[in-house]
Amino acid sequence: MSKLALIIKREYLAKVRNKSFVVMTFLSPILMVAMVALIVYLAKVNDNETRVIGILNESGYFSNDFQGTDHTSYVSFRNVELEAAKDSIVKMGLYGLLYLPDHPDVEQVAEQAVFFTKDAPGSSVVSSLESVFENRLRMERLQELGVSASDFKRLELQFEINTATFSGERNLKGINEIKAFIGGGFGYLIMMFIIIYGGFVMRSVIEEKTSRIVEVIISSVKPFQLMLGKIIGTSLAGITQFIIWIISASLLLGILTLIFGIDLAALNAGTENTPGLIGGAASMANSDTTMQLYANELLRIPWVLLITFFMIYFILGYLIYSSIYAAIGAAVDNETDTQQFIFPIIMPLMLAIYVGFFSVFNNPHGPIAVGFSLFPLTSPIVMLMRLPGGIGEGGVPLWELLVSIALLIVTFIGIVWVAAKIYRVGILMYGKKPSYKELFKWLKY
Amino acid sequence: MNNILIADKVTKRYGDHLALNNLSLEIPRNSIYGLLGPNGAGKTTLIRIINQITYPDQGTILFDGQPLEAKHIAMIGYLPEERGLYKSMKVGEQALYLAQLKGMSKTEAKAKLDYWFKRLDIGDWWNKKIQELSKGMAQKIQFIVTVLHQPKLLIFDEPFSGFDPINANLIKDEILRLKENGTSIIFSTHRMESVEELCEYIALIHKSEKLLDGKLSDIKNAYKNNVFQVGLGVPHANGVLEELQEKFRILSFEYVDNGQQLNFTVQLPSGDTGAFLTHVSGKANVNNFTETIPSANDIFIRTVQNQQVS
Repeated sequence: MSKLALIIKREYLAKVRNKSFVVMTFLSPILMVAMVALIVYLAKVNDNETRVIGILNESGYFSNDFQGTDHTSYVSFRNVELEAAKDSIVKMGLYGLLYLPDHPDVEQVAEQAVFFTKDAPGSSVVSSLESVFENRLRMERLQELGVSASDFKRLELQFEINTATFSGERNLKGINEIKAFIGGGFGYLIMMFIIIYGGFVMRSVIEEKTSRIVEVIISSVKPFQLMLGKIIGTSLAGITQFIIWIISASLLLGILTLIFGIDLAALNAGTENTPGLIGGAASMANSDTTMQLYANELLRIPWVLLITFFMIYFILGYLIYSSIYAAIGAAVDNETDTQQFIFPIIMPLMLAIYVGFFSVFNNPHGPIAVGFSLFPLTSPIVMLMRLPGGIGEGGVPLWELLVSIALLIVTFIGIVWVAAKIYRVGILMYGKKPSYKELFKWLKY
Repeated sequence: MNNILIADKVTKRYGDHLALNNLSLEIPRNSIYGLLGPNGAGKTTLIRIINQITYPDQGTILFDGQPLEAKHIAMIGYLPEERGLYKSMKVGEQALYLAQLKGMSKTEAKAKLDYWFKRLDIGDWWNKKIQELSKGMAQKIQFIVTVLHQPKLLIFDEPFSGFDPINANLIKDEILRLKENGTSIIFSTHRMESVEELCEYIALIHKSEKLLDGKLSDIKNAYKNNVFQVGLGVPHANGVLEELQEKFRILSFEYVDNGQQLNFTVQLPSGDTGAFLTHVSGKANVNNFTETIPSANDIFIRTVQNQQVS
């Protein structure tokens, strides 16, 4: 077995046998699923909460306008003073009191209405009350203009425009967001992997320094071999962990949906029957074909291409960052000294993610998206967010992709060279925390 | 070829710092060679160059008559000053790993480990982690992984620092046995007295330069200056001392045994021991008479002082 293979094997085994690594590997999926379950549960609890609002209506209007919904119900107060109504609201523990004063003019009633609550009311509550007023007032004004109630009903409509490309393919609303989201998922995966396993590489280098074994080892192998073996071994352990996570998390989710399956289906059906659509059967048929279109569109995302480039960007990006992590580990004596060096690494990663989510989602081929997908320290994340749109017409121009990868490779070679130099000198330096200036000097040793 | 290693005009810089300046050495085969000098003299730099951990800016190294290259790594065993083992790795696995990195096959390494574990009384530690062992036991393991691959050249940097006295003796005996079996050995230390008795050859290094080198006995002879330790049994000491002080150059003296014995050091004109002994033996009992051989440390200090004067 070659020396590099020996080192990779040792690093891999040292990592996967580590107790905390094993615990994390098997606990994380459970935690993750538990978290999802908790979020679903909490969302449900939140939804199930109903508010009761008292109405003291002294006017002759709005008598039928306040209809209860799933989350809000109304109680009418009659023949009581405002103060007495407020008191009883507090005593009964209701959410609030809507007071409509007596006035012959409906506009004035609305104008002078007051909503009393214990604390400041939630904005959704206020806006739903406001929309009741708005609808009523609109109806009143339309009636003044001579539009009947039935005519008014006919005016209620919603419209969605159909979009298509020049070649005649029908576009789907939101498909760009979905595509960017898939790319974003890949980019996010790369970032997480770099931060978690880059940190592992760094700690492993520090461990070798503090246990003082490093000089024994580099009298047998080249420091570069040790660094490379460490990075590869650690990332193989990381890939193992990721695979276990994905498999066990999907198993657990599968089990959960089996248990609560009917619930979820019912919930979905409930949300799809939003009011304002044309009606039962037609809507079902419509949503079926829409789903079909979305499915087609998702199938048309160039998966092979996406995964190929994911691998390329993943490997190059990870090697760049983890060799920087290794150099940092070599330069310091203990983990507390790493902070000042780690911040500059995390920054481009964070920047890539934020730029990705805020800029690439809106405009995958705008100047910012292009710039960040060419810049080598952010391109592994940002370019992957753009790639689900394909290459060439309508997607990423081929030259951008090639330039981005070329820049990444050049940077990769440069950074690994620099990191290997710092690593080689740093692992034999003890007792002082180097400055950036000193690190620069080490390059010339 | 009688030299296992030849360094020829080796220079190494770290930035502005000159670590080795035009240093040349010849290390004879099958000998124990002391690389002596204070901290920061350049010893570790030289050793790292021999181990190909770092490379010289100028100059060449010949190992066994050939220019030093990667394949020689397997023929060198190195115990660094900063040494240790993976704390959470099992003893057996770790020893096998380090042996394989030196190019041994797994089965060969296993057989050799069995031999050494028996020899140094390391029983059933194979599956123990280093962190569960005492420091002395870990030191034995460290020694074994250094010599396991039967290197032609063994390099020990500050070998006895960190070893407890019992283990230090044990290791010393093992090193001597390895030398008997044909291994060449380099000792590097700033505590010169600790390895002086083991070394046949030494080199003194100071401020990146070699001050002197050669066979230890030759160097010592060259640095002898006819100083002798004398012990006289004298009932009436005072008179003897004053008379001797008039005739010879007494450097220091003291009375012991309630004034019954006079110990002193004297510097004699070269070759004149006969006249001195004849002179004193008539006056007192000569209990002891030995020539003072300068220690490597003395030689080092004198060389440094001479250099500063000149």
